[in-house]
This record gives sequence, C-alpha cells and structure tokens, in this order.
Amino acid sequence: MSEPTNRASAVIVGAGIVGNSLAYHLARLGWRDLVLVDKGPMPNPGGSTGHASNFIFPVDYSKMMTELTEDSSAQYKELDVFTESGGIEVARTEARRQELRRRASAAKAWGVPHELLSPAGVAKLVPYIDVEAILEGLYFPTVGVVDSLRAGTLMREQAQQMGALAVRANTEIVGIDLSPDRRRVKVVRTTGGDIETDVCAICCGVWSPRIARMAGASIPLTPIVHQMISVGPIPLFADTVGEIVYPIVRDMDTNMYERQHGGDMEVGSYAHRPIIVQPEEIPSIEESVLSPTELPFTQDDFDPQLQDALELMPELLGDEKVGIRYAINGLISMTPDGHPVLGETPEVKGLWSVAASWIKEGPGIGRAVAEWMTGSAPEIDIHETDIARFYDHQRTREHVAARAQEGFNKMYGIVHPAEQWESQRPTRLSPVYERERELGAVFFETVGWERPFWYASNESLLERYGDRVMPRSAEWESRWWSPIINAEHLAMRDACGLVDLSAFVVFDIAGPGALPAVQSLTVAQMDVPVGRVVYTPLLDERGGFKSDLTIMRLGAQQFRVVTGGATGMSEKKWFLDHLPEDGSAQLTDLTSAWTTFGLWGPRARDVLQVCTDDDVSNAGFSFGTCRPVELGGIRVLASRISYVGELGWELHVPIEEGARAWETLWQAGHDHGIVAVGIGVYGTTGRLEKGYRAFGNELTGDYNIVEAGMARPSVKKDEFIGKAPYLDQRDREPAALLCTLTVDDHRSASGSLRYMLGGEPVLSLEGEQLVDEKGRPSYVTSAGSGPSVGKHLLLAYLPIAYAKQGSALTVEYLSESYPVTVAVVGSTPLFDPDNERVRS
Amino acid sequence: MNVLVCIKRVPMVGGKIAVTADAQSVETRLLGFTVSPHEECAVEEAVRIVELRGGAVSVLTLGPPDAADQLRDAVAVGAGNPILLETDGREWGPIATAGAIVDAVRRHESSGEPYDLILFGNEAADTGDYQVGVRVAHELGRPCVTGIKHLEISDVAVRARREFRGGDELFELNLPAVVTVKEGINLPRYPSLPGRMRAKKAVVEQSTPERHDDPVHLQALRVPVVERQRAEILGTGLEAVPALVALLEQLGVLS
Repeated sequence: MSEPTNRASAVIVGAGIVGNSLAYHLARLGWRDLVLVDKGPMPNPGGSTGHASNFIFPVDYSKMMTELTEDSSAQYKELDVFTESGGIEVARTEARRQELRRRASAAKAWGVPHELLSPAGVAKLVPYIDVEAILEGLYFPTVGVVDSLRAGTLMREQAQQMGALAVRANTEIVGIDLSPDRRRVKVVRTTGGDIETDVCAICCGVWSPRIARMAGASIPLTPIVHQMISVGPIPLFADTVGEIVYPIVRDMDTNMYERQHGGDMEVGSYAHRPIIVQPEEIPSIEESVLSPTELPFTQDDFDPQLQDALELMPELLGDEKVGIRYAINGLISMTPDGHPVLGETPEVKGLWSVAASWIKEGPGIGRAVAEWMTGSAPEIDIHETDIARFYDHQRTREHVAARAQEGFNKMYGIVHPAEQWESQRPTRLSPVYERERELGAVFFETVGWERPFWYASNESLLERYGDRVMPRSAEWESRWWSPIINAEHLAMRDACGLVDLSAFVVFDIAGPGALPAVQSLTVAQMDVPVGRVVYTPLLDERGGFKSDLTIMRLGAQQFRVVTGGATGMSEKKWFLDHLPEDGSAQLTDLTSAWTTFGLWGPRARDVLQVCTDDDVSNAGFSFGTCRPVELGGIRVLASRISYVGELGWELHVPIEEGARAWETLWQAGHDHGIVAVGIGVYGTTGRLEKGYRAFGNELTGDYNIVEAGMARPSVKKDEFIGKAPYLDQRDREPAALLCTLTVDDHRSASGSLRYMLGGEPVLSLEGEQLVDEKGRPSYVTSAGSGPSVGKHLLLAYLPIAYAKQGSALTVEYLSESYPVTVAVVGSTPLFDPDNERVRS
Repeated sequence: MNVLVCIKRVPMVGGKIAVTADAQSVETRLLGFTVSPHEECAVEEAVRIVELRGGAVSVLTLGPPDAADQLRDAVAVGAGNPILLETDGREWGPIATAGAIVDAVRRHESSGEPYDLILFGNEAADTGDYQVGVRVAHELGRPCVTGIKHLEISDVAVRARREFRGGDELFELNLPAVVTVKEGINLPRYPSLPGRMRAKKAVVEQSTPERHDDPVHLQALRVPVVERQRAEILGTGLEAVPALVALLEQLGVLS
C-alpha cells in the first residue's frame, strides 16, 4: 500500500479546469512533489467545470481577458479538445447594433476575426434563426467549444507523467494550519492525512471562500445560479458528426445563448433574477441528485426565456417532438467587480487564490498563476485580477452579494465604460462630502469612495467658455460625462481649482531599513534630501510596469507613499512582501488618517498665501519638495507636485481637520476665482494635455519605461526589481513608442461629431491593424478632451515605424474610421511643453 | 376514453437524505421536487392512450399548493385538466389519501363523464405504501391490477401484463378499471417548449379535500446509519499470500 505523501511543495485544492491547469503548469516550470486534492472523484469532481457550456468567444473589451482567452484557446487546441464552430452575437434592438459596432472595434483592436452580418447573412450560417427577429449579427469565425473535462484530465495526467504530481481524489480538506505567528501556511489537513507544505493554492470555484476561511483568509466571491436547459433531439442535428457544426448564437438583448451540443440545443440564460446560493447551502456529493453545482431547476425563473428562445428559433425549438431533456440551475462564481480573484492572499503567505475563472480563460489562468507562484510577473499582465486589490468593505458578504446581484444581469448587457454601480453606496465618504453635495457634486464611486467627477454648481461656467467646453451631441459619449468637466478645466487653468483627492492610499515605510527597502523597489533614486517628493515607477521582475506613485521623504528613516485608490491595496502588498525579514522597516497604513486636497492653477500661490504666513514663494518652496505649512489654525503637509500640470500643491491634512482645511482654502480663494474641480479634470483632461501617463492605461506590465517615454538620463547604481531588464531595454531600440494623437475630423458617416472613449484600434490609413515587433497591437490607452489645446486627445503606443510626429493614421470608433495625427512622440506635453506653469 | 392519472409530489433526493428536526418529514429546504418514475410512466401511458383512441387525460394530485408544479409538468407532456386537492403539505397516509381521491372522482363523475381508466404509479417514491391505487379501486368497486408493464385498451376492457417470477401474468379487466403501472411500461417523453408554455397557462382546479380518518400514524422518520465500506489491500503478488491465508482461516473456510 502506498503511503500518502506527507510533505508537498504545494497543495492544490480543486481539480476543475483551473486546478488541473495549475498543476500542469507548475510541473512544467519545474515544481515537484505537488499534491492535487479534491473531495470528489476524477475525472469530474462535480464543480462548475463539470456542467459548463464550454464555448469560447474570443473578444472582450478587456485586453487582459482577451489575452487570457487567446492563451487558453491555444492550450485547448494543443490538447486537441477545441472544435471551431464560429459564433454570432445578434442584435434585436438599435442600442445593441451600436454595441455590436463597439465590439467589432474591440475585435479589431485585439486582432480577432469578425464580420458584421445582415439578418440574411446570419441566416446563411444559422438557417434556423428567424430573420424577422433580429436586426444584425456580429460573426466571430474563431469561436469554438472545448472539452474542458478532458483538457483538465490530460493536463493532470501530464503532470503525473512528469513525476511531479500525486492526486488524492475523494479527499476533503478539514483544516489549514498556520505558523505560530499566523502569517504562513504550514499544514493542510485532509480526510486522508496531513500534508506539510508552505504553499496551498485554492482552486475550488464556489467552495473557495470556505477553504480560505479555514486559514483565516477571505476570497470575495459568491456562488450564483445560471440556468441552462438542453432540448432535443433536434431533427436538423440528426446528421451532425461530432459535437457541433452550427455557429453558437448569443442573443444578447435577451441575455441568452443557444449552442448545438450533438443532437441537442443547449439554451442558457443570464436573464433570470440573480439567485445567490450561500456556500453552506451547496449540497455535498452524496446529497446531490446530479452534482453539487447542478442544482434543481426552478421552472418559473426560466419561463420568460422560453418565449424569447422560441421567437428566435421558432421551427427548431417549437417542434412538439423536441423535448427539454435536461434543465439545471447551474452554479458559477461571481466576484464584486466581475474579474477573477488571483494571487497570494494578503492575510496568509503561501495561501494562493485561483478562483472565479471561466472555462474560456482557465488554462491561461493556470499558466499565469504558475508563473506568478514561481517568482515572476506572469507573461500576461493580470494585475486587474490581483486578490490584494480588495478593501475590507469589498470582502464583506453583503458587498459581494449585492454587487454580484447587480452585475449578473449585465453579463450580456450594454455596459458603458464609465457606468456606475448603484448598490452599496455610499460607503466611504470624504470629510467634505456634505460640502460637495451642496455644490451639486456628481459622484462616481471608486473603490467605495464617493468622488465628485464634476459639480453641477459650475454650470454657470459653460456660458463663460462657450464652445471651448467641446460639447458632445451623440448620446453614447455624453453618457456619464458633462461639458462642465471641461469648463472646470479651463477655469482651473485660468485661476485656481480645488480638488478632493481623499481616495488616495497613503502609507509610511519607516525604520532603520526604510531607505534600502524603498530603494530596492523604485526606479528613481530614493536617497534624496528630507523634504523631497519623488515620482517613480515600480517595475516587475520582467521589467514591465508594476505601478507608479509618489514618495515623500519625511525623515532620514521615514518615507510616505501616496498612490491611487484603485491600485493602492495591491501596491501595499507589494511593499509588505519586500520589506526586510529582520523587521527593520515597517509599513503603516495611513489611508484613513489623512485626506488630500489639490490646489492648482496660476493663482494657487495667491490663494495659499492668504491662508498662511509661511513662505510659499517659488524660491521658498520649490517644485518637487514637501514640508509642513500652517494653514490658518491647522497644520498641513504641503507637497508641491501636480498631476494636472499647474502651479500648486497636494495638501495632506489629518482627516478630522479636512473640512476646516477645505473651508479655509475655499474662503481664501473666493477673490481669486477658485473653482471646485472634479476627477473628470484630475483623472483625464489635465493629464492628457500634459502627457502624464496613468497606470493601467499607459503603464502596464506589457510596456516598459523606454517605450513609455519615461526614461531618465541615467539609472541609479542601487539594485531594484526589474533593473536588469530595464538596463537591457535602454540598450535597444524600442519596438513601440507612446504617442499623443489628435483627432483631425470627428464627423461620422451620418454627419454627427463623435468622440472616442478609449480602447479603439489605431490603424494605418488603409485601415490595417498596427502591430509592433513584439506582437502588440496599437490601441487607444486613454482618450479625452484637451480643452486648453482645443483638441480631443488620444494616447497610444505605436510601432516605431509609425511613431513620428505628423504621421497620419486612423482610429476606428463604433466601426467607423476617423483620421488622426501623431502630435507628440514621447512625453513632451502638448500644453505648456516647457512646464513653465508647474515650475513657476 | 376518459383517463385520470394520479400523481404525488416528492422531493428529488441524492444518496444522502436529511430529516427535519421533529423527525416527521424529509428536510426539503434545498431540494427540488418531482414525481416517482412509475408515475411519470403512468402519465405517459395515459397520454399515449388518448393520442391513440381520442378522449381526454386528467391529472390529479393531493398535496401542497406547490404540487401544482407537478401537475403542470404533466400538462406539459400532454395531460389536461389539472386537479389539485390542496393540503398543508404534510403526509396524509394511504387511507386518507385514497379517501380524498375517491371523493374527488365521485364528484367529477357525478357532474361529468366517468373515468374509463384511473392510472396510478405502482408506489410513491417517498412513502412507498403500495396501497393508494388498490384502496381507491376497492372503494369505487372497480377491478384493479398492480405492477403493470404493458396495457392494451379496447372500448370495454383493458388487457394488462406484468412480470412475475421469470414469466408474465396476463389480466383482462372490464372498464371502468384501476391500474397501477411500473416504470418500464414505456419511455416517457420530455416536455416540448410549446408544451411547457401551455402548462404555464393551464388553469388548475383547486379544492380543499376532507381528511378521512387513518388509524395508522407516523411516529418518526429515521435515517439508518450507513456502514462506510472499507477496502484493505493485503498486499500484492506473492507477498499477499500469508495475509490471505490468515484471513481465510479467520473466516473458517479452510479445511
């Protein structure tokens, strides 16, 4: 009898598509003594993989999801389990037709084959569609179906053949023991014995939160129902050889899909009411009739969809001889923001979450996380999936459930890029929230913070600036936008703006080891005089962007990091993970202790001087420095930097004094034309005119400092993560360069003026995709108004041959072409190129 | 032909069943519901008879308001006239159940057409009393056969066949008659989409039946403890021989 292994390099919990893929890729990367555990039997332990619809549509608005899907498809093809069937998204409404065009442009951006078809064109491919029911279709010829169970089995067996993996089926996890300091994994306890290990990867889909809780960690996802039925035998499919010959149909407007499965038609729905199942309610394998994730069908929830399906495919599905042979409430995982939840949990080292993946990115996620676990940033940039991104409030059951419910019916919905959540608001309020409400703030939510994007009370500025506010007439780009943003921008550049930046994440790195600690992470030199503010990128192990942030040296052994709310929690974990083992540098999170206001514009100094007797002249307080300043009866930490490219300061205030600080500045600014300015300006218009890059848009793991035009003359002698690849990048010609483009003509075919929002493909004059040597396609990374320069501005990386000032190119927006010109190659600002304002 | 089929809403259970705290019923909070496979076949049989010979199929159940779902499932495959004898959902037992069904049958037959044939599943999937069909037949004074795997109908009689100890028994009954059928008599059809939509619109006739006395009372339900099977590997090849011999001696099968 074989003794169960009692020491493993990693324990992988869950043998669905994700767990199997992870095991295989870890083995491929050299890991040995892996153990894969599942409470169910092989090959189908009864998770979501076992009943999945198994089809893959390659396009997504998210570049990351598209890449993960592409990688997964390649892996499925290599395993010979991919059947190409083609797929069509059909439109029943005019709104959906515009959405199909938006999707077509996204497909163009990522190089996914696609074709817009008339109803007759759709019927040629899918003869059983009623052409009267649809207006149009978007055809993706490379859509396919996969045998995910077989793929997982093959990957698992390959890992076993490599001698890298032991598999324990029918084995339940009963506990995860931690080190005495409760910070690391030590033992995974199962019904088949204990396994000593430093690494445990939770790949259990809907069960993941339960397993994580055993270790005192949280994985924010909820099980949720997705209904599907299978009807047959379909006479038309009687002669089908294999699994599928007809393209899959996604009936987007009704939130449904229909896919052939042998002689049957599988009909799935995301249209029903969101049905959340508590993890404790998921039946065990013994209790289940089919499997724990195939729950009893609730007929009433599906009945309206029968009508929709019959409308679309009347003869096929209306045939009395075609019976509903299978019907389930299938369980899948949903997260609060719709992205997978991957990475080492912030709570416990060695405990990895690999959860909330679809079949279509399962193998790709397995590979990426294996690379990540092996100590390198994955080849595909998956920073958006980092489990460390969540704040405490986002991990609560109520938040997860509320957002999952709100997000469920949006699966096939038309979701505007700036669309706002409604549930669980408000949660995090700035100390001047009430003041902002009085000013008519239009709040957008960012990681729980209510942030004013513009202020209705500034409507009077529209008259002052007339057409310079670049009004928009088309509905789509006017949604979640206002010309008031541009008016605030102009008023700020004319006089002075006050911006609420409470959503920053702030933390100190302090102690005798603080300088070496930050030095080892930043590109910029951190051994600067006390009182210096440093803006710096951080790189990952492969030399791509990990983040960008500012650090103030407040003392010989004290560094204050200030970074954006959306990325701050991931960055915090990055710092924590790289602090010295001896504890000589400590991280203190000060996010809830400090609030920040931005005061910027040509009159900013005038305003500040009213409130303080301290010397805030240019000589007395130079750019890029920080110091305490008395603001009337309180003391603030003033930092002279500017993300909007104007003279001014970020003012850091103890949160309980924030309201007073705002009021002091507001009163002082009254005679100097002060205007409340929202994030519409701070996040977009201000920085686009200055060519300031944003992480997640321009600065991602896919691009490097040289390509982003941010290389400094020299590189510091100190070691830092990513230094070697960075030095190498500096020695080579970049494959692409980040450019600012202007739109020459906004007129669409129908004569209206259209304004891009970001994500659009940048094409040659002939309409061909631009792809650089590294295989990266050009697309708009940021788009927005540049009111001071009177142009709509786009940022995009262009292959070196096209990255020339004056190059004429095109951008495809909603499937129409617009001429654009390269205005700037690199980071020279379009507005105030010599930075006179900032340095005044 | 006027055919009545009687069905019972039962929970859909897997291999492990939980009982409520008061031990009076199965814990159904997280379960789906269905009818026994015998009853599914009874419904299918009724629908086929009427497809062949004309007439109507009525479907009846004694159960809670949600039992209308099971009636609609039958309508979706071709039954008509769904009849709900509404209770609070608690088990009535075979005597009271049969009594209520007889009352309903008499009520319907007095104001309309008599049922030529009343079909039951051989037993309900949960209680398995095997009695309701027989009791109904007895009270109505009609001939009855049970466990039937094949039916042939003529205008005045029904020939029914069932399996018995490796052979077949063949019966002939005059109509009106009562028959309980077993799974395997036919292969039930699945509902079509139009069938399901008709079922959704069907109007269920609802009434509150009188509960007849039943001297048998359920005391409690108990889930028997299942012995977990274990297998012990004695060894492989020649190594296993000593252990094997020792085991055979222990079992007392060596002379």
